[in-house]
Amino acid sequence: MGLFGKLREKLTKVRETFVEKIENVISRRREIDESLYEELEEALIQADVGVAAALEIVERVRARVRELRISDPEQLKPLFREEVLRLLGTETAPLVLPDEPPAVILMVGVNGTGKTTTTGKLAYYFREQGQKVILAAADTFRAAAIDQLEVWARRAGVEIIKQREGSDPAAVVYDALQAAKARRADVVLVDTAGRLHTKTNLMEELKKLRRVAAREVPGAPHEVLLVVDATTGQNAINQAKLFGEATGLTGIVLTKLDGTAKGGVVVAIKKELDVPVKFVGTGERIEDLMPFNPEEFVAAIFD
Amino acid sequence: MFTSLTEKLHEVFKKLKSKGKLTEEDVNAALKEVRVALLEADVNFKVVKDFVARVRERAVGQEILANLNPAHQVIKIVREELTALMGGQDARLNTAAKPPTVIMMVGLQGSGKTTTAAKLSLFLKKQGRRPLLVAADIYRPAAIKQLQVLGEQIQVPVFSREGDPVAIAVGAVEEAGKKGYDPVIIDTAGRLHINEELMTELERLKAAVKPHEILLVVDAMTGQDAVRVAETFHQRLGLDGVVLTKLDGDTRGGAALSIRAVTGCPIKFAGVGEKLDMLELFHPDRMADRILGMGDILTLIEKA
Ligand SMILES: Nc1nc2c(ncn2[C@@H]2O[C@H](COP(=O)(O)OP(=O)(O)OP(=O)(O)O)[C@@H](O)[C@H]2O)c(=O)[nH]1
Ligand SMILES: Nc1nc2c(ncn2[C@@H]2O[C@H](COP(=O)(O)OP(=O)(O)OP(=O)(O)O)[C@@H](O)[C@H]2O)c(=O)[nH]1
Ligand SMILES: [Mg+2]
Ligand SMILES: [Mg+2]
Repeated sequence: MGLFGKLREKLTKVRETFVEKIENVISRRREIDESLYEELEEALIQADVGVAAALEIVERVRARVRELRISDPEQLKPLFREEVLRLLGTETAPLVLPDEPPAVILMVGVNGTGKTTTTGKLAYYFREQGQKVILAAADTFRAAAIDQLEVWARRAGVEIIKQREGSDPAAVVYDALQAAKARRADVVLVDTAGRLHTKTNLMEELKKLRRVAAREVPGAPHEVLLVVDATTGQNAINQAKLFGEATGLTGIVLTKLDGTAKGGVVVAIKKELDVPVKFVGTGERIEDLMPFNPEEFVAAIFD
Repeated sequence: MFTSLTEKLHEVFKKLKSKGKLTEEDVNAALKEVRVALLEADVNFKVVKDFVARVRERAVGQEILANLNPAHQVIKIVREELTALMGGQDARLNTAAKPPTVIMMVGLQGSGKTTTAAKLSLFLKKQGRRPLLVAADIYRPAAIKQLQVLGEQIQVPVFSREGDPVAIAVGAVEEAGKKGYDPVIIDTAGRLHINEELMTELERLKAAVKPHEILLVVDAMTGQDAVRVAETFHQRLGLDGVVLTKLDGDTRGGAALSIRAVTGCPIKFAGVGEKLDMLELFHPDRMADRILGMGDILTLIEKA
């Protein structure tokens, strides 16, 4: 099964809830009226797109309807698809890694979103491409976080650099980068502790990790990925904003899309902060990660 | 990023004041702002709909139209209705007639079950109880170790053994009976509400140890899907209560309202930090203000 088919299968849940809702709204009607727009807006809000983005999408569809003189509700569907895609960005956003190894990728996010799991999945993803990967266990705070990453390192068949629980995460990053240079590793994945974006001291700690990386490897970190749980509501916008201010963000990994949540908040994040989604997590197994392709994502939702 | 509801309502009513008289249309304008505020706080849109309808009924009834301080009045009604919806203060844990009391933590992946199980142990230990933690998550890498580390931090024993979660839990309850531990707090693996196999496992767990308290642990940052998740867990297991975690951030926490409205289950505790003493009893009135984004509610009432 190709990537598209796989994604589509994974997204059946999303499809059932989100699209069927839109389709239901549309197919019950014979004409386009105010209450139809209202219901469409609700469908978007129910997907966590947020009030502002939902309003914008509906407004644009409304304008297009006028412009194209559409009167058949059936014709609304492709318009919605286009407008969501327009907000989300039609381009895929691949990782941007340096020509000169090692590439350093920093995983950040609030508590429990799936950073450690995604780090493990990414390690496997790179290893499958024949890359030499090193994991840095820079979550030295959460109970058994290091043991958890060790399990993933074993599963992915990659090396892990760690220290004792409670040690300085910056020192772990330093060690990992030294090891990477010495062993000519291609990619270093840094798993960091979950932290709420509102905790200034913890955000300062992240900035320090960033500085250490930049000092040891030119241009590092090359990617800073914010791991966002798809069930998160509008707070994800604040998360993206504050993590962005602290460390800069190059992309988002949207996890737990195998549930019934639609992760629509990434549309709002893209609209407000212009951070693209790069990967989606669709389960707890090591292979449950795929590059995010907005075309496919929206196609899997709407077609 | 968003103007607060107080500011918006103030704007709405400023316009009204100049006209002197309040109409039903004006009330609708105010309620529109209430609706947006609730949606931005992640309250489920269906819950918002019902809620706004109820407030409208009260408002249009007469209370507002006759009142000289309409902004004050709208907020008062909204706040009262919200607090009422979220239930009274007194949400105690069930206890067994014959100890040990068995408490089971359930919820989606990463919501905070393991941490909350440890926090709850500490909370009850401080009340003179002798809790036993049970490591019944055999799936997540290092989940057992995580619970053991936490147990050690608070000096609470952790029961773990080979076998499936049901056998582990049954063994733990037996052990508690023998050694006089009470309560028994079972940490289960995170699972999606649509994962049939794992939801069945919880039903078997419930049948085997007959917990007195099944607590759904929910991340306070959850969006519109909170309703569906809570509804499913409630249908399958019959929840006794909810714990809302990660409230130490800046989330408005509308999920609290949604879950309460849909399941009727009381929210019993709030997690307010990663440390193990950061568990509080849940306060509906504070939550109402938070959802409305109204730290400054009193200021408005004074201004209005
Ligand atoms: N269903 C599902 N579960 C996931 C996915 N990604 C991660 N998880 C689960 O989510 C839970 C939390 O994942 P972790 O990787 O520990 O999250 P984290 O962000 O590292 O957590 P902290 O380090 O505590 O902040 C675990 O139970 C994972 O198995 C996903 O894509 N789908
Ligand atoms: N800031 C904050 N973090 C919390 C709170 N409760 C739990 N956490 C953090 O959330 C993350 C996930 O917590 P866990 O207890 O591992 O969650 P879980 O539900 O057991 O996760 P799984 O077993 O993987 O499903 C950890 O980083 C915890 O430290 C809280 O109230 N506030
Ligand atoms: Mg982690
Ligand atoms: Mg756990």
